[in-house]
Amino acid sequence: MKVRIKFSKQGAAKFIGHLDVMRYFQKVMRRADISIRYSGGFSPHQIMSFAAPLGVGITSLGEYLDIEVEDTEPLHTMKERMNRTMAEGFHVESITHLPDSAEPAMSLVAAARYYLTFRPGYEPEDPKGWMKELEEFYHQDSIRITKKTKKGQKELDLASLVYELTAQEEGVSMVISTGSQENIKPELVLDAFYQSKGMEREPFAFQIQRQEVYGRIPGGDSSLPFLPLKDLEAQDG
Amino acid sequence: MRKLALPDEILLSIQQPARYIGGEVNMCVKDPKDVAIRFAMCFPDVYDIGMSHLGIQILYDMFNRREDIYCERVYSPWTDLDQLMREKNLPLFALESQDPIRDFDFLGITLQYEMSYTNILQILDLSQIPLHAADRGEDVPIVIGGGPCAYNPEPLADFFDLFYIGEGETVYYELMDRYKENKRANGTRLQFLELAARIPGIYVPAFYDVTYHEDGTIQSFRPNRPCARERITKELVMELDQVNYIEKPLVPFIKVTQDRVVLEIMRGCIRGCRFCQAGNVYRPMRERGLDYLKEYAARLLTSTGHEEISLSSLSSSDYTQLEELITFLIETFKGKGVNISLPSLRIDAFSLDVMSKVQDVKKSSLTFAPEAGSQRLRNVINKGLTEEDILTGAASAFHGGWNRVKLYFMLGLPTETREDMEGIALLSEKVAETYYDEIPKEQRRGKVQVVASSSFFVPKPFTPFQWARMNTKEEFIEKANLVRQKFREMLNYKSLKYNWHEAELTVLEGVMARGDRRVGAVIEEAYRNGALFDSWSEYFQESIWMEAFKTCGVSMDFYTTRERSLEEIFPWDFIDAGVSKEFLKQEWQKALKGEVTPNCRTQCAGCGARKFKGGVCFEGKN
Repeated sequence: MKVRIKFSKQGAAKFIGHLDVMRYFQKVMRRADISIRYSGGFSPHQIMSFAAPLGVGITSLGEYLDIEVEDTEPLHTMKERMNRTMAEGFHVESITHLPDSAEPAMSLVAAARYYLTFRPGYEPEDPKGWMKELEEFYHQDSIRITKKTKKGQKELDLASLVYELTAQEEGVSMVISTGSQENIKPELVLDAFYQSKGMEREPFAFQIQRQEVYGRIPGGDSSLPFLPLKDLEAQDG
Repeated sequence: MRKLALPDEILLSIQQPARYIGGEVNMCVKDPKDVAIRFAMCFPDVYDIGMSHLGIQILYDMFNRREDIYCERVYSPWTDLDQLMREKNLPLFALESQDPIRDFDFLGITLQYEMSYTNILQILDLSQIPLHAADRGEDVPIVIGGGPCAYNPEPLADFFDLFYIGEGETVYYELMDRYKENKRANGTRLQFLELAARIPGIYVPAFYDVTYHEDGTIQSFRPNRPCARERITKELVMELDQVNYIEKPLVPFIKVTQDRVVLEIMRGCIRGCRFCQAGNVYRPMRERGLDYLKEYAARLLTSTGHEEISLSSLSSSDYTQLEELITFLIETFKGKGVNISLPSLRIDAFSLDVMSKVQDVKKSSLTFAPEAGSQRLRNVINKGLTEEDILTGAASAFHGGWNRVKLYFMLGLPTETREDMEGIALLSEKVAETYYDEIPKEQRRGKVQVVASSSFFVPKPFTPFQWARMNTKEEFIEKANLVRQKFREMLNYKSLKYNWHEAELTVLEGVMARGDRRVGAVIEEAYRNGALFDSWSEYFQESIWMEAFKTCGVSMDFYTTRERSLEEIFPWDFIDAGVSKEFLKQEWQKALKGEVTPNCRTQCAGCGARKFKGGVCFEGKN
């Protein structure tokens, strides 16, 4: 049976890198005695895949991994057992069934929502006004930028990859393209704005939290055609 | 959420910030306000190394069982953070509460290897604790050392308030009780040390005076107050099944050196290799019971979620119920995706059979530790492994599908001749020949690979070789070159590979190992000039050390190459490690004659450890 686990990563856990988070969850499965399936071969490994790696230093309320389990244990007891063995900062938010035909989470990722605020001590005089200005900047139809990639540089229209950007109180909430198609980091969205003002972003000026990871609704054509990964397959089934 | 000692700006600009945040699975959480004693337990090396250490996990578990003690951890900040902490004057902190170490009652530092000594000074310095015990005031933690290098604590005498000699499970609680009583009675630091000195196994260096002969050797070593004992007898646990092992080992987030459950099956060793300090100071050999180990194996795998379990001991093949234990581990855990990692076992039908069950034969290699290249020299060091053992073992392994062999040797052993050194290449060649003789061409999977490595021999206290002359750096390098040359002459040269360790580090290790109080000044001088992480070859700077010896007027040769007389008083003679000096002398003389001593189970050699009234001495086979 395939299941999708949604978890949060808060506090000091933000300093734990993606590979270590993967190792961490492998051990969670053993401690919680989850009947996870193993691959064949001489050194079998757990069948587990993560949706979208999260950068070090970013907290999250919506991380995803898919696993395959042997039996049909009630999902709420599975969740309770996992949460009893979590380290500080990690918490399983939900576990959902997936149909056997479900695509792995990684291939479904299309966008993610982030919430950004100024780190205490780095605020400009008027943080609300600053966020409003950022929102207005993204009202433009087209924002041409050059993005550094492994192979060199490429030209992008950032406006088409930032699906939503709203100033909220002292922060800003944004939905941006994520995953294998076009992976945009929230810092890149900030940098384009700073560049337009002829300024440079201070490296530690923002606290960033990923709020949710989305997949595209099949055939959806609304202005924001996304659903959280946990709800996506439920739509299907 | 716990507060963190370091701001995000620092944590996000250094390597592996997870080394400094604590919060690992099974971390002990207490409110420091609820405890009487705060104990910071330190492994003076980077987190990745320190977290792999079994002893610290045992003590962490032991201390935290007591409600009135909160034991936390601290490791050496890596060089990147070290620099930032100095620039910003940030005090070193414990991982659990993230509070500064200087606010603790105790700082316990484990002494695992000599080349960590500058890191001890780093820990004190970054904690803002005066380096010298003599300069510490009432509100500074008591600095305590323990572990294998505490069997010669003298080079560190100035930096520690006290040392704990022997195994930690026995008198730490008593020491903590004395501390509480003294605190309640508003006693001073000195008064506490006087109370501590009365506890068996506790050594307070300030309570002893040393005088020297003109030639630099020790004239006298005496207590300078009534509370200090003439001799300190090591502490040890006689019934290992009656002490608790770890219930819930810490599970680090980052990948550390030892990322697995470690099951300690026994302590001590029956073999009596004359170069081996552990084999002598941990006598008598004591085993844990099979039921005890089975129970803990299951409990530890469950509480950690580790995917691998390994056994720890000095010589697992001598564990009486090894077959039952390994069979149990394979039957119980192999099907659950748990790897079973076997320690170096004596190669025989049984070990090859279990190894083929738990390892991928094609990917794994076979390890032998002949230590010396000739039978003559193996007799000198009392290593009971013959050429026949090795070649027969290798032949069965080759038939079992293995084609990679590792061989470990030492260079610079006492009485070593050119033939002994060349024997390293010759033995390696014979192992390769065995493969080509035993395995028909059509059944071979490529060439055999024989990798021989040699380290350089360091004479250690409490071994029969404590009187031995150590080689100079130049001699070591010359010897390694001679062996390398011999390898080139071998017919199967292309199947052989020869590696050797760095000589510079070994010589320094030799000074620390048999050093006295005068060496402390050199460590401090080297540290002040930038020596740190000396056991990491990329950070070791020989020139700093050479300069420090010169500045302090201390001769390295005095500690390394000097011939010692049988009458000499050694800096560590005040410790009673069980094995008597008389026995070690006898063994030294037998070594020089190439005579072997049978192992403890074959015949008691009268080493002195029998007085502890347990272990192998009373197995009733003598």
